[in-house]
Amino acid sequence: MSSDGFISIRNVGKSFGSFRAIESISMDIQQGEFFSLLGASGCGKTTLLRMLAGFETPSQGEIFIDGQPMSDVPPFERPVNMVFQNYAIFPHLNVRDNIAYGLRKQRLPKAKRNAMVDEMLDLVQLAGYGDRKADELSGGQRQRVALARALILKPKVLLLDEPLGALDKQLREQMQLELRRLQRSVGITFVFVTHDQEEALTLSDRIAVMQGGDVLQVDTPNALYEQPRTRDVASFIGTMNFLDGRVLSRVNGHTKLDIDAVGEIDIPTPHPAIVEGDRLSLAIRPEKIVLHRAAPDGPAMQGNLEMTSYLGERSHFHIRVPGCVEPMAVSAQNADLGEIRALEEGAPVWLSWHDDALIVLDGK
Amino acid sequence: MSELSYIKRPNRGLKIYAAAFLTVLYVPILFIPLFSFNDSLYVKFPLSGFTFQWYIELWERSAVWDSLGNSMRVGVAVSIISTILGTLAARAITRSRLPGQNAIVAFVMLPLVIPGIIFGVSLLILLSRLGVSLSLYTVTLGHLVVCLPFAVATLLPRFEGFDKSMEEASADLGENGWFTFWRVTFPLVLPGVIASLLLTFTISFDEFIMAFFLTGTDATLPMFIWTQLRFPQNFPSVLALASIILLVSFLLVFVALWVGRLGLIEPEESQS
Repeated sequence: MSSDGFISIRNVGKSFGSFRAIESISMDIQQGEFFSLLGASGCGKTTLLRMLAGFETPSQGEIFIDGQPMSDVPPFERPVNMVFQNYAIFPHLNVRDNIAYGLRKQRLPKAKRNAMVDEMLDLVQLAGYGDRKADELSGGQRQRVALARALILKPKVLLLDEPLGALDKQLREQMQLELRRLQRSVGITFVFVTHDQEEALTLSDRIAVMQGGDVLQVDTPNALYEQPRTRDVASFIGTMNFLDGRVLSRVNGHTKLDIDAVGEIDIPTPHPAIVEGDRLSLAIRPEKIVLHRAAPDGPAMQGNLEMTSYLGERSHFHIRVPGCVEPMAVSAQNADLGEIRALEEGAPVWLSWHDDALIVLDGK
Repeated sequence: MSELSYIKRPNRGLKIYAAAFLTVLYVPILFIPLFSFNDSLYVKFPLSGFTFQWYIELWERSAVWDSLGNSMRVGVAVSIISTILGTLAARAITRSRLPGQNAIVAFVMLPLVIPGIIFGVSLLILLSRLGVSLSLYTVTLGHLVVCLPFAVATLLPRFEGFDKSMEEASADLGENGWFTFWRVTFPLVLPGVIASLLLTFTISFDEFIMAFFLTGTDATLPMFIWTQLRFPQNFPSVLALASIILLVSFLLVFVALWVGRLGLIEPEESQS
């Protein structure tokens, strides 16, 4: 059976009774990749992860890991290990015994086993904590034990189910860096479930954005942010402004658009599929909009400043533009603001952008 | 102003009620040890003097020891079997998606509310139809029916109280169902298992009605006491026996409740 990725998910679907938790999903995850499943709760990301671990059986399709079909392989024989959302540290065992739990079958001499545990304690920076019980550990320490317990078995894939969700913000950011460092140093494929897009962007080589049991887009963080393929992805990752419009004509690699709140604009044709008369959306990131006090040259929108939020290094503005349902979100470095900074709420402003800042999305 | 909150404020009326309640509940029982030390054949005031005579007499009667041995054997067998069955039932109820789960739990618990005399009579009829002769085995069978709901009721909260992801983690780390049970599930429910063993043993040890219907020639201790009530000269030593049983039962139940509530068990020797 041929498969393209190290983990190959082929037409996998899952139903619980009449509820379709996962539609038919296909994707490939490469060896050594830090791969994230990103989506709001109920999007099916945890179900997909649990199918990789073997706790749920796909209702259809097949999962291959390292070329092997997994449907008949029980969890305890799969070459994957998991870090649970609540870490699931065994409360009746100390840290050492938790970490050594999965080594029983290998029948190692005691000295060898202890050396392996010590190595893991060092790797997750818990040296000296070996004799502690689970209830004597902080959230961050529990997470490290869960990591060590899984990594000591040298799995082909490590599955992580929102492992940072229970930690406070500061610890979470610290653990993000550490996870990244760990993944680089052990070189194991990580499949990471999260609902936190910032976390996914920071950590991942690639991200699968999931919604309603479906995968919307699989891409690098950069591509997801800069070139989202659908409106759902665009609005889920970061903040996005949308302008609706219509295709007027296509000539010589240029497309003329009629945008509702702006009027006619002319952009390089990015999308081969669009034809005259199509409805479409233009998406633009808040930080790519330039604010002016007076009308600039070229296409621009005029609006009124509705709200300013000062965030230290940058400011966020909401600008009410006639013809747009939502106010336009604009974000700018305070150092670059100049005269705009002094604007009062309600003042008229002009918004402009570079052509390459516009993302053309299907209008449907 | 009192520092106590509204809920914790002491209430004199409730205190008196609580004291009266406990008195009515336990004073009659306290007469048993009281008269077991009384130097008279008859249970009546005034007490005539202090004696260990009845306890010594008890010591010298082999029938007492025989019936005690019978009760111990039945009690140990019943507690072990009902705890094993209770563990399996509690696991099945909490871990599987069974159809009609609530009905199953209700059926398991039903013997708690069915009068023992009905179970006793029906078991007796069934056994005699099947041609099984009455013995300690039939008593054990009867006691299992009585004890199983208690075992399940003691173990269910333990199984419900622990996180299913513990067992998943064990499976994920390479252990199959049996090793997962042995290395994770069992240690985590162990306090419940111990509590169940103690509780079911105590219930079997004190049980009378089932034993009354199902005993053959070997009497259990409660049966022996029952037969002794016909002989007035033996009555004080029955009181002495009852006092000892009372004390041991109290101790066992207290230990069972205490162990059952323990948050975690002591660390086991690390596996090597």
